[in-house]
Amino acid sequence: MEPVFALAFGVMVAVAAYLLMSRNVLRVVLGLLVLGNATNLSIFLAGRMGSRTPPLVAAGETALVGGANPLPQALILTAIVISFSLVAFTTVLFESAHRRLGTVDTDAMREAEPEAAKKVPTDRSQAAARKMEPAE
Amino acid sequence: MTADLLLTLPVLAPAIGVALCALAWGHPLLQRLISLAASLGLFCASVVLLLAVRDGTVIATQFGGWAPPFGISFVGDMFSAAMVLITGLMAVAVGVYGLVGDVEARENAFYHVLYQGLLLGVTGAFLTGDIFNLYVWFEIMLISSFGLLSLGGTREQLDAGIKYVTLNLIATTFFLMSVAFLYGMTGTLNMADLARVIPTLENQGLVTALALMFLATFGAKAAVFPLFYWLPAAYHTASAPIVAIFAALLTKVGVYAIIRTFTLLFDGDAGYTGPIVTAVAIFTMVTGVLGAAAHFDIRRILSFHIVSQIGYMLFGIAVATPLAIGGSILYVIHHIIVKANLFLIAGVVNRAGGSFDLKQTGGLYRTMPMLGVLFLIPALSLAGLPPLSGFWSKFTVIKASLDAGHIVLATAGLAVGILTLYSMIKIWNEAFWKAAPDQSGQTMRRWQADRRAKIIMLSPVVVLAAITLTIGLFAEPFVDYSLRAGEQLLDKSAYIDAVFGAPAQVTEARP
Repeated sequence: MEPVFALAFGVMVAVAAYLLMSRNVLRVVLGLLVLGNATNLSIFLAGRMGSRTPPLVAAGETALVGGANPLPQALILTAIVISFSLVAFTTVLFESAHRRLGTVDTDAMREAEPEAAKKVPTDRSQAAARKMEPAE
Repeated sequence: MTADLLLTLPVLAPAIGVALCALAWGHPLLQRLISLAASLGLFCASVVLLLAVRDGTVIATQFGGWAPPFGISFVGDMFSAAMVLITGLMAVAVGVYGLVGDVEARENAFYHVLYQGLLLGVTGAFLTGDIFNLYVWFEIMLISSFGLLSLGGTREQLDAGIKYVTLNLIATTFFLMSVAFLYGMTGTLNMADLARVIPTLENQGLVTALALMFLATFGAKAAVFPLFYWLPAAYHTASAPIVAIFAALLTKVGVYAIIRTFTLLFDGDAGYTGPIVTAVAIFTMVTGVLGAAAHFDIRRILSFHIVSQIGYMLFGIAVATPLAIGGSILYVIHHIIVKANLFLIAGVVNRAGGSFDLKQTGGLYRTMPMLGVLFLIPALSLAGLPPLSGFWSKFTVIKASLDAGHIVLATAGLAVGILTLYSMIKIWNEAFWKAAPDQSGQTMRRWQADRRAKIIMLSPVVVLAAITLTIGLFAEPFVDYSLRAGEQLLDKSAYIDAVFGAPAQVTEARP
């Protein structure tokens, strides 16, 4: 099973990398989500996939015998909660940016770092500049 | 006091601060009191911690009664205690400064809760002895900083927030992935246990690859070349107290993590990582200082200087001698105080002179000569002129690199120092020396009339400048402490013994 999961991990990282390189912020959020899940899968793999028995210590025993590795499950649970909250925050941030800036194209977002005036503008930055003008 | 209390109190103070500030929602005055009290509590706890470890002992505690390496450990040594103390100092100084001006607007957006949350994450990251726990503290710190950065919700801040949030999230996710791989190889997450297990692994090539993954993730946090783009894109949009605490603490947590992991975990293959870190340090210093030279907004100039100065802090890992690591520690301590102070002064310049843009301000030396002197102390210290704190820290790292034969690194460090001086003189000429623009008289009169704002904003600046002068004029104890902390970092056995109690036997790697 492990090679299959390792392959799935690789594919997910590749998909995430592709999405993250997009200029569209919606795709970037999706990329972050996929990357977070790929990471959770890598934690699961790192704990080795052996037993399917729940990691419960039987009554009277003091040590776990033959159960699945419980540590990756605890780690993934923590990581899922964190990545869920961060992706929720990111989505809200991107949405409010979309409303205020009127674009989802990261190249057109030059509010914080305006381009120098004397530079010869390209087509896209001209369009961006025109879009920004009313607010200035 | 027991080790448990010593190590828990610095984290507990901001944790209680977060909870109480959130409960006091709607009562700004109460929130201010709680926030200041929590920051003071953090500062006092950090002083006690430093006193307990300054003779070179390492203290450790285990949470939840789990025997090491199964539970989460907290470890305090000279390096982490110094970092916690400086965090406490910044928490109080910037906390006081943050009570001025538009504080009401910030308070309506959870300012105090997020501020304490940031301190909580930073302190936890300095004290934890567990690499997964370090990831959790990073996330606490990050989500607080996301909130603080986009606090005003202006168009500028939303744009900056997108870049800051995206790049930082990718970096931390990559960090978590590296932790997973490390766990897969060693079967443990406790840093003291990792320090024992990693040298016994058969496949040391994979360890080196993993070391580079950690270098990349922590490098992105520390804003080193070529991963620093989030910093100059975002920092200048936040308000003065927020950007001051960011500049003081956020990147330094990345530097701390690099120094900690590369002394405790990955010191085996210095011949391979050494040249990479050296190249990264040189490019970081040079690109940062050149970026600063191109700008005319004080905040953007100072933001690029953060990047530039991070290069000096990597000397310790690049050169990897006790003197260099000690020098790096001294550099971090000096830099946090100086850089935060410069951003606080930038806030004063904006308020008194009317703008952060150097072209629209001027003549401040004529109206406020004392502010000019207060600016020159951290500015010249940043450039490394004697007898200020920057001189001793630069002297130590450059002497260490020359001793070890890193001529290029040392030359780059000296050249970047001169270019830093150029940027500082540019701010001095434009904001303080040239004639004031016509329309600035009114803002200046408003500033002069507001005595409360003057006292609140200038007292932290005076205190931090006094500390810079103290480190410069009485350098001996500070240099001595840093060098001993550097030697302690290189002797891993003290750290491992502190976590495991008595000298422990090496256990086999648990797959």
